[in-house]
Amino acid sequence: MSGPPDPATGLWLYSAAAPPRIHRVPQIQPPPMPAIAIRAFTATSALGRGNAAHAAALRTRRGGLRRNDFGPTPLPTWIGRVDGVEDAPLPSALSRWECRNNRLAWIALQHDGVQTALEAVVARHGIDRVALVVGTSTSSIGASEEAYSRAEIDADGTRRFPDDLARPIVHTPHSLGDFLQHATGLRGPCITVATACSSSAKVFAQAARMIEAGLVDAALVGGVDTLCGSVLFGFNALGLVSSAPCRPFDAGRDGLSLGEAGGFAVLERTGHADTGLQLRGYGESSDAHHMSAPHPEGLGATLAMRAALDRAGIAPEAVGYLNLHGTSTPANDSVEARAVDALFPASLHASSTKGWTGHTLGAAGIVESVIALLALETGVLPGILESSVRDPACGPQIRFDNAEADIGFAMNNSFGFGGNNCSLVFGKVAA
Amino acid sequence: MSAALQDGLTATIAGVGFWTDGLPDWASARAFAIDGTRPDAAPTRPSPQLLAPNERRRAPGSVAVALEVALAACRDAGIAPETLPSVFASTHGDLGITDYMCETLATDATAISPTRFHNSVHNAAAGYWTIGTGCTEATTALSAFDATFAQGLLEALTQLATGAPAVLLVAYDTASSGLLGTVTRSDGLLGAALVLVREGTGPRLSARLCDGAELAPPGPLQAHAAGNAMMEMLPLFDALASGAARALLRAGPHRLLSLELAHD
Repeated sequence: MSGPPDPATGLWLYSAAAPPRIHRVPQIQPPPMPAIAIRAFTATSALGRGNAAHAAALRTRRGGLRRNDFGPTPLPTWIGRVDGVEDAPLPSALSRWECRNNRLAWIALQHDGVQTALEAVVARHGIDRVALVVGTSTSSIGASEEAYSRAEIDADGTRRFPDDLARPIVHTPHSLGDFLQHATGLRGPCITVATACSSSAKVFAQAARMIEAGLVDAALVGGVDTLCGSVLFGFNALGLVSSAPCRPFDAGRDGLSLGEAGGFAVLERTGHADTGLQLRGYGESSDAHHMSAPHPEGLGATLAMRAALDRAGIAPEAVGYLNLHGTSTPANDSVEARAVDALFPASLHASSTKGWTGHTLGAAGIVESVIALLALETGVLPGILESSVRDPACGPQIRFDNAEADIGFAMNNSFGFGGNNCSLVFGKVAA
Repeated sequence: MSAALQDGLTATIAGVGFWTDGLPDWASARAFAIDGTRPDAAPTRPSPQLLAPNERRRAPGSVAVALEVALAACRDAGIAPETLPSVFASTHGDLGITDYMCETLATDATAISPTRFHNSVHNAAAGYWTIGTGCTEATTALSAFDATFAQGLLEALTQLATGAPAVLLVAYDTASSGLLGTVTRSDGLLGAALVLVREGTGPRLSARLCDGAELAPPGPLQAHAAGNAMMEMLPLFDALASGAARALLRAGPHRLLSLELAHD
């Protein structure tokens, strides 16, 4: 639909005459962004609660998938379920937000010094100068599903939600953000990002922009998604669920294993001589192709990875570990492998860790960012679980075995329905 | 710290799109806000030209209204849609699809429609928009309950402040239905879109977060669409129609987004 760029503004002019087509205007290369400090980070998934549990499971190649035991009529598949959520009600002061998803958010928040780091940035900058940006795909729709299955019928024949679930806040996507806002008391901008499986990667980008623009000085970012009927039966309807544990990048892979997880990171504007882990770049793009299938040439994936590298101001050769989206669906993995092979040298160690955790959907961005941060911190680069026969599309970057190396930069890819892509680059500065 | 903080985040409103029941475009909404005029005949449903005719009929209401107002705003701004990063803001997403998903899961879970499932994601409208326009720029979809529009506007302004020359902001909510409608109330279909640019001609907007919960009495557009969850955005559109210099938006618990507007 575009005509020529307007010479005065550089913006492309609207033209009703031109047919819609993929935007071929040369993408503007983003300039390097200011590094953002990561003061604390954590994940809770089927691998356990907190970073130590994740690091140990990755190092020893102990996966977290089990046969599906979720719900009254479980489909024959494998899931990454977090133990003990059923036995961990929210504190009574937060009972208005009671539901599986917010319980997992609360559990995840208790680990790895996230609350202490949050208190420190609040003390430094003020409670209205810390943003809360969290991602989810389905938020607490599990509570809505339960309300329908337990609906009560009044004397006049009208159906209604049972009283314990007649709480509007748990039946809307912002359930997660609103719960965390009340749980933490933060008074900066507060947003729930819901772009399917890229949600909790995009929160890093949005928070980085807020800090760069001067809107805030720090942010609590993260994401939480829990198992529910919508995703189990929805992905099943799309024919994307495997009956066996998922096998990312295996030639014989036949679908994904769903999982649930929560995780957080505390981001802050860097100071002088700042050391430690950092968010160095982000890239976001759209496939402009299909609602539930990736672009066949990986156009959006490539644009997102390139933009993330550009913002980090580094060459592809500098990246030591890339955590792939790697869902184990036939379509995603071959497209992603080709895009990675076209962009990165053979020396890159790239893997999907969904064989450990399952595909945690809106939480995949934060969980796999945590895994990338652990790779920077520990030097353990995870391979791929369960997979044994390489898909022909795999370049030398795709690694099935674990490796160890001291790396300077790690990346994470998260791609979602609607062709919504996000790549992140993390780095570290030695003390 | 950037200068954006002292002056508030700023933008020029280069284009506006609008659709609600009875007021199917920004010109009719503005006329209604100024003197109460209503169009003689208004369509009962948006018919977004971006979709093929058969897709237009099948598209969920959320997608139809979002694509309709988004394209209208780009046309109004004279900017090619496929060149714009976009922010899609919706309180609840498509309430009819949520009701369908929950109802089907409670009765026959394996009967879930795959199309309805992928249309149930909060970024469905954003996905159809980028596919329909051939846009590979970044798009996001967010929710912040009754502060959804204010938080979406903040994200769009933040993108402008950090390098984007222009951003498309789209906000919409649908009517609730079924059992979910007994706890989540939203009436009718309401959508609006703004093309925001760093430099250009149009009303100049600056935004600043502040404490408070006191909103101004509703203007004509807000009164007209008072039952829709996205009515929280309408103080800005009432101000744009009337030429008012200020508008207040709900931005969270005891938080407001204070807007100053300079009209041409």
